[in-house]
Amino acid sequence: MVAVTMMVDGVACSDEVEPRLLLAHYLRDRLGRVGTPIGCDTTNCGACTVLLDGESVKSCSVLAVQAHGAAITTIQGLAGDGAWHPLQRAFHDNHGLQCGYCTPGMILAAVDLLRRNPDPTEEEIRIGLEGNLCRCTGYVNIVRSVRAAALEMRESATSGVGR
Amino acid sequence: MTELLAPPSDVDTGHEIGRARRRKEDAKLVHGQTMWTDNITVPGMAHFALLRSPMAHARITAIDVSGARALPGVIAAFSGADLVEQLGSLPTAWPVTPEMVSPPHPPLAVDEVRYVGDAVAVVVARDRYAAADALEAISVDYDPLPAVVDLEAALADGAPLVHADAGTNRCFVWPFSGGDYEAARAAAEVVVARRFVQQRLLPTAMEPRAVVVAPVAASGEFTVYSATQIPHVLRVMLALTTGISEQKIRVIAPDVGGGFGSKLDVYAEEVIGLILARTLGRPVKWTESRSEGYQATIHGRGQIQDIEIAAKRDGTILGLKVDLLADMGAYLQLVTAGVPLLGAFMYPAIYKMDAYSFTCTGVFTTKTPTDAYRGAGRPEATYAVERIVDELAHELGRDPVDLRRQNWIRHEEFPYTTIAGLTYDSGNYEAATAKALALFDYDGLRAEQAARRARNDPVQLGIGVSTFTEMCGLAPSRVLGSLSYGAGGWEAAGVRVLPTGKVEVVTGSSAHGQGHETAWSQIAADLLGVPFEDVEVIHGDTQSSPKGMDTYGSRSLVVGGIALHLAAGKVVDKARRIAAHLLEASVDDVQFEKGTFSVKGSPEAKLTIQEVALATFAAHNLPDGMEPSLDSDAVFDPENFSYPHGTHLCAVEVDTETGRPTIRSYVCVDDVGSVINPLIVEGQVHGGLAQGIAQALYEEAVYDDDGNLVTGTMADYLVPSAADLPNFVTDRTETPATSNPLGVKGVGEAGTIASTPAVINAIVDALRPFGVDDMAMPATPERVWRALHGGRQGGVGDGGAR
Ligand code: FES
Ligand code: FES
Repeated sequence: MVAVTMMVDGVACSDEVEPRLLLAHYLRDRLGRVGTPIGCDTTNCGACTVLLDGESVKSCSVLAVQAHGAAITTIQGLAGDGAWHPLQRAFHDNHGLQCGYCTPGMILAAVDLLRRNPDPTEEEIRIGLEGNLCRCTGYVNIVRSVRAAALEMRESATSGVGR
Repeated sequence: MTELLAPPSDVDTGHEIGRARRRKEDAKLVHGQTMWTDNITVPGMAHFALLRSPMAHARITAIDVSGARALPGVIAAFSGADLVEQLGSLPTAWPVTPEMVSPPHPPLAVDEVRYVGDAVAVVVARDRYAAADALEAISVDYDPLPAVVDLEAALADGAPLVHADAGTNRCFVWPFSGGDYEAARAAAEVVVARRFVQQRLLPTAMEPRAVVVAPVAASGEFTVYSATQIPHVLRVMLALTTGISEQKIRVIAPDVGGGFGSKLDVYAEEVIGLILARTLGRPVKWTESRSEGYQATIHGRGQIQDIEIAAKRDGTILGLKVDLLADMGAYLQLVTAGVPLLGAFMYPAIYKMDAYSFTCTGVFTTKTPTDAYRGAGRPEATYAVERIVDELAHELGRDPVDLRRQNWIRHEEFPYTTIAGLTYDSGNYEAATAKALALFDYDGLRAEQAARRARNDPVQLGIGVSTFTEMCGLAPSRVLGSLSYGAGGWEAAGVRVLPTGKVEVVTGSSAHGQGHETAWSQIAADLLGVPFEDVEVIHGDTQSSPKGMDTYGSRSLVVGGIALHLAAGKVVDKARRIAAHLLEASVDDVQFEKGTFSVKGSPEAKLTIQEVALATFAAHNLPDGMEPSLDSDAVFDPENFSYPHGTHLCAVEVDTETGRPTIRSYVCVDDVGSVINPLIVEGQVHGGLAQGIAQALYEEAVYDDDGNLVTGTMADYLVPSAADLPNFVTDRTETPATSNPLGVKGVGEAGTIASTPAVINAIVDALRPFGVDDMAMPATPERVWRALHGGRQGGVGDGGAR
């Protein structure tokens, strides 16, 4: 067993874990942060995507011990209590989800995409989200969602400067 | 690439039905506040894991689980033989012929394994890691038997048998015909024949399967949480399979992350979970890993289609003959044998003809069982007929749209009874096709194709057409009875009006991403005249929605939505009588509009439905003999199927130097009848298109000669990402169904059905000048390249997915 400490959605967590424990399983089984689902065992689907110190990672490809000292943001901590992140709002407005299983990972991957590229083209969104699979939507509405959120985030950033 | 348009906007029309309401389901889903089955933890819960056969076919000569039992954290371990008294046989609900071979299907193999992934032993441990570790401590001796992989080889004399006791690998032969095909063929001036292969597909719902069983041991009650499409069917089947009384089993389908048919089944793990919970008296959980699921969850498609079309030289289609081999896999799951029959009725498609002959042979192989996958039989049929009509057009030197137009049922000919005996109630193929051609710029693309051909452009353009109709709204119970299906096709709904005037809708349809909560709220809000926000939809739990037939076959709205319509009508009838009593008017004089009862001729005398609800709750002053409740239930059994249709057009650029096909534009115009929510309809079409295109271009479950699934992980099986798919231009025509009061037809499978042939027709069209007249699926760059360089057609096993 190894001691790990990390911030998860703003809460400090310390635990003894097996060195082989995946971050995804640590979040789900030990912390009960079950908003992060698991969709594969080969790091292909991206359902388990979280932010690790602000960068998107597939939490099934990170060991809990590797996240020691890091700050993790899951879909449950992306917006404050009861609040909606612009991407969450945009996925709702643009019907960017059906069953919703891919959605947490898709949104967090998109957060990272927009951090790196606030005004992506459609092509850049499609390539940027290549590591996240959705079986329900055919992706068109996911691309629409990300574009709409990008616009809103850029606009609110500009108006923020003006204030 | 096609421009990305905005989704339908939500305009307040004064009616809920038809509005592009944003979904009620989304808030919890985008915040991760979900209840997937794997999220569920019950106090004292243990985890189980299954040891699966690494061999396609073998006798188990010895099995020893004692090593697993000895490990720390392990609670129990059992082989199939240890549990043999309790195992029973997994159910199949569709004995398609009286002679059908229906071999026993124990949820744990006892003495013989028949596919890679067949479970042989189970370990129960304190956590999922310990359970998985302990599998390695189980020793099994296998005596290999020959694998049976190829469908035709399986039927050959002397072929090794999947089920030796059956004496044959032939599961059933199901013939069906209309008219005299031999006569039609004799009268024909042109006959075109082809063999098409429907490769096996892995449904790959993003949520893997999972099950939790929580017992109350002392009273023999069990709560089964399962990632299933069919909580109600599952409850009945679990009772029949395990002998536990039905009323002691409660099945809950919590949030379910997609299904596409793969969760329309009664699986070994659900039965084993129940057996373990009963045996150990404690809650147990199993969650499938993706690679495990690729072996243990049903596969889709898996057919060889020999199809022949007979026509006159003027293009008139005279007849169609289909000989089908359908891969059952090693066992019959819930509706395995019936899937190709759902296609049998659809080969004549939208066309008029004099004769149709169909024979399906079901074949056992040592592979994962097949069962319903989005479209279930109808995509296969549509593919074959739309491909062969294109080949006929080529043979006759005709434009493929033109030839279709010559033969399809004209809008003024509805209702029309096809040669397969179905009566299509309504449709307008002319309108949908005209709209699609205009959106697609068909003539412009044909001109560009000609120019590229003329200049020998290394990138050639192909244009693919596919029309389709499908039978949806499964299903009229008497038709299911005539096809020997083991149940009916009705659906149930209930409407409860609460004292505060809020409404609960109970539905037997069990949604897993389709947006029923939103659509059902819209229907109820319109019919009862209450706000959309005031309606809550309850589903997916046999305790709170006790009656249902669940969700598959584009049936929820067409059957379940109509049940809701009927139940809401009963509520209004009851409320009208109470309102009349309170307003001291005669019932006949009370009118109901937008949630308000008023008396004809005295507009000030009125009561809202909420006021009536409160008065009913108080029950101080009701008509004599009237029970104090507005709540109503209804069960609807459809008279006929519904028949959505559409025209899909696909332009594909093929790089003749690399073989890479790229979809340049995709246009579809579907007619799904009246629409409750255009946003949801568009989403369903998009998702269906993606899956159908994936069959054409990317996906194939490949087995080697020893029966190993070589595309056994998500790294090997290409589920397309956003980067692999194009934008879609989708539009609709609306020809209301005449068979139900909402005019709806169903939309869940439409996109999947029409898109696969549209893409392949486009690729073949691009390659015609190179002498190519067919293309095996998936049309990988290697296959296309090989077809370009010598092969007449891209065959199977020459550059497919592996
Ligand atoms: S679960 Fe992590 S990538 Fe699939
Ligand atoms: S919404 Fe179901 S997998 Fe993406």
